[in-house]
Amino acid sequence: MLRVDRIRVLYEGIPALHEVSLEVKKGELVAVVGANGAGKSTSLKAIVGTVKPASGMIEFEQKDITRFTTPEIVRLGIVYIPEARHIFGPLTVEENLLLGAFTSNSEKEVKEHLDYVYQLFPILKERRKQRGETLSGGEQQMLAIGRGLMTRPKLLMFDEPSLGLMPKLVSELFKTISLLKEEGFTILLVEQNVREALEIADRGYILQTGRTIHTGTGKELLESEMVRKAFLGL
Amino acid sequence: MELTTQLIIYGVLMGLVFALIALGLSLIFGVMNIVNFAHGEFLMVGMYIAYLLSTFLHLDPLLSLPIAAMAGYLLGIMSYHLLIHQILRGPMVAQLFGTFGLMLFLRYLAMYIFTPDVRSIKQGLLVGKTLSLGWVTLDLSKSVSAALCMISFGIVYWMIYKTKLGRALRATSIDSEAAQYMGIDTKKMNALAWGIGGATVSLAGSLLAHFYYVTPTVGMLFTLIAFAIVALGGFGSISGAFVAGIIIGLIMVISGHFLSELKFTFVYIVYFLVVVFRPRGLFGW
Ligand SMILES: Nc1ncnc2c1ncn2[C@@H]1O[C@H](COP(=O)(O)OP(=O)(O)O)[C@@H](O)[C@H]1O
Ligand SMILES: [Mg+2]
Repeated sequence: MLRVDRIRVLYEGIPALHEVSLEVKKGELVAVVGANGAGKSTSLKAIVGTVKPASGMIEFEQKDITRFTTPEIVRLGIVYIPEARHIFGPLTVEENLLLGAFTSNSEKEVKEHLDYVYQLFPILKERRKQRGETLSGGEQQMLAIGRGLMTRPKLLMFDEPSLGLMPKLVSELFKTISLLKEEGFTILLVEQNVREALEIADRGYILQTGRTIHTGTGKELLESEMVRKAFLGL
Repeated sequence: MELTTQLIIYGVLMGLVFALIALGLSLIFGVMNIVNFAHGEFLMVGMYIAYLLSTFLHLDPLLSLPIAAMAGYLLGIMSYHLLIHQILRGPMVAQLFGTFGLMLFLRYLAMYIFTPDVRSIKQGLLVGKTLSLGWVTLDLSKSVSAALCMISFGIVYWMIYKTKLGRALRATSIDSEAAQYMGIDTKKMNALAWGIGGATVSLAGSLLAHFYYVTPTVGMLFTLIAFAIVALGGFGSISGAFVAGIIIGLIMVISGHFLSELKFTFVYIVYFLVVVFRPRGLFGW
């Protein structure tokens, strides 16, 4: 479904990604793990088109989308749930969700997806008239995810969703992500919570200083010497 | 008593016109964090349009409203694409001087085309007529202008708070990065803010021209007034611009009646007090 082929990304001339390649097949949950500053967010931003690669190619459903604008990419069905949530604080919960459906033109579909999100996260329905900024951290994360689901995207990209959540909420979050996979969503998950991410992932990539250096199934990576040493402290 | 009533009514009427003038300045600031120093010059464009159509084509100045709004919209969009978008990458100071330069450009272009002569509209359905409400008699052009400004303000308010496009505009103003992730074309939203800002202020100008003289430098006064309103109402706040517009209208009309030369000083004093004591304004943040 998605194929990223040796992309290179520069910020004001300084490379953030040297050579990142990865692939996500329909229905898969793929995790990308790596240390702070490795280039995880930049990789996802390149896919959603808010940063442009200097070289390399990004293909989605056999289409070269490397030069597409972000609105075009979102319309194709790729949604990025950003690091640190980025909810619209002064807007209500429901307005936030409706903004997630900005590219949708069918009111009927928007209504259906809104019902789906409310059924997935009932607390959001209860708080639908509240301003986003009045929600707790965990609820804000639900809102960010719910907003990302509002177009029922073909590919859902999570950028460190567990960041800043209490441990109890982190395990709940990973359950939600597994549930979404079971419901048929294709997911690209970026995490620093390496163990939890690889445990639920079909496959994973290890990103180090702008390079994808290793890949395998979630299980293989969890058992590999490299991951155990570098990330799990074993 | 009658005088007080009349002053208050005129204050509110002028306030409604001021509110529409300030709306675009606040909107552009809210969406892009840019202060448009050329805002008053956009107003001047609307005034000249009404003046020219009335004087040379003998069109009633009321008919110039849609034309002025359209021209203001195009002027706003063009300013964004040709100038603002280009200087956005530069440092803060470059942005400041960018709109300052636009102000000088429009002002001296008007000076060149129209000469510094003071002009006013002589003919029109509303010009020079009065409206008698029994115990007070009001200038018809001011009353109708104020009503039309209020309606225009209401339409823009509705568009911003009740439509999908407006929601996208607000999202862009709150967090333009996140708005991009929603698939919103934020560049289009910025241009739209400039378009609406230009259209509303130019429309207000064509109404103002019914009862206010036109010169190439008329913009400066109204930029000052609009700044005071936006500071008082809260930078970027739409409802704030409405309430503050009426407050400033009242202050100007009442102080103008008793201390005519000092009325702009009073506006500036209000601006100063707000900046010192409540920098976020009445409705800001
Ligand atoms: N907007 C930016 N401007 C300049 N450098 C950036 C920017 N964003 C990220 N970087 C740099 O690019 C590298 C990768 O960052 P990022 O993709 O955010 O890493 P991660 O998400 O893995 O923590 C880092 O060295 C970071 O400092
Ligand atoms: Mg990151």
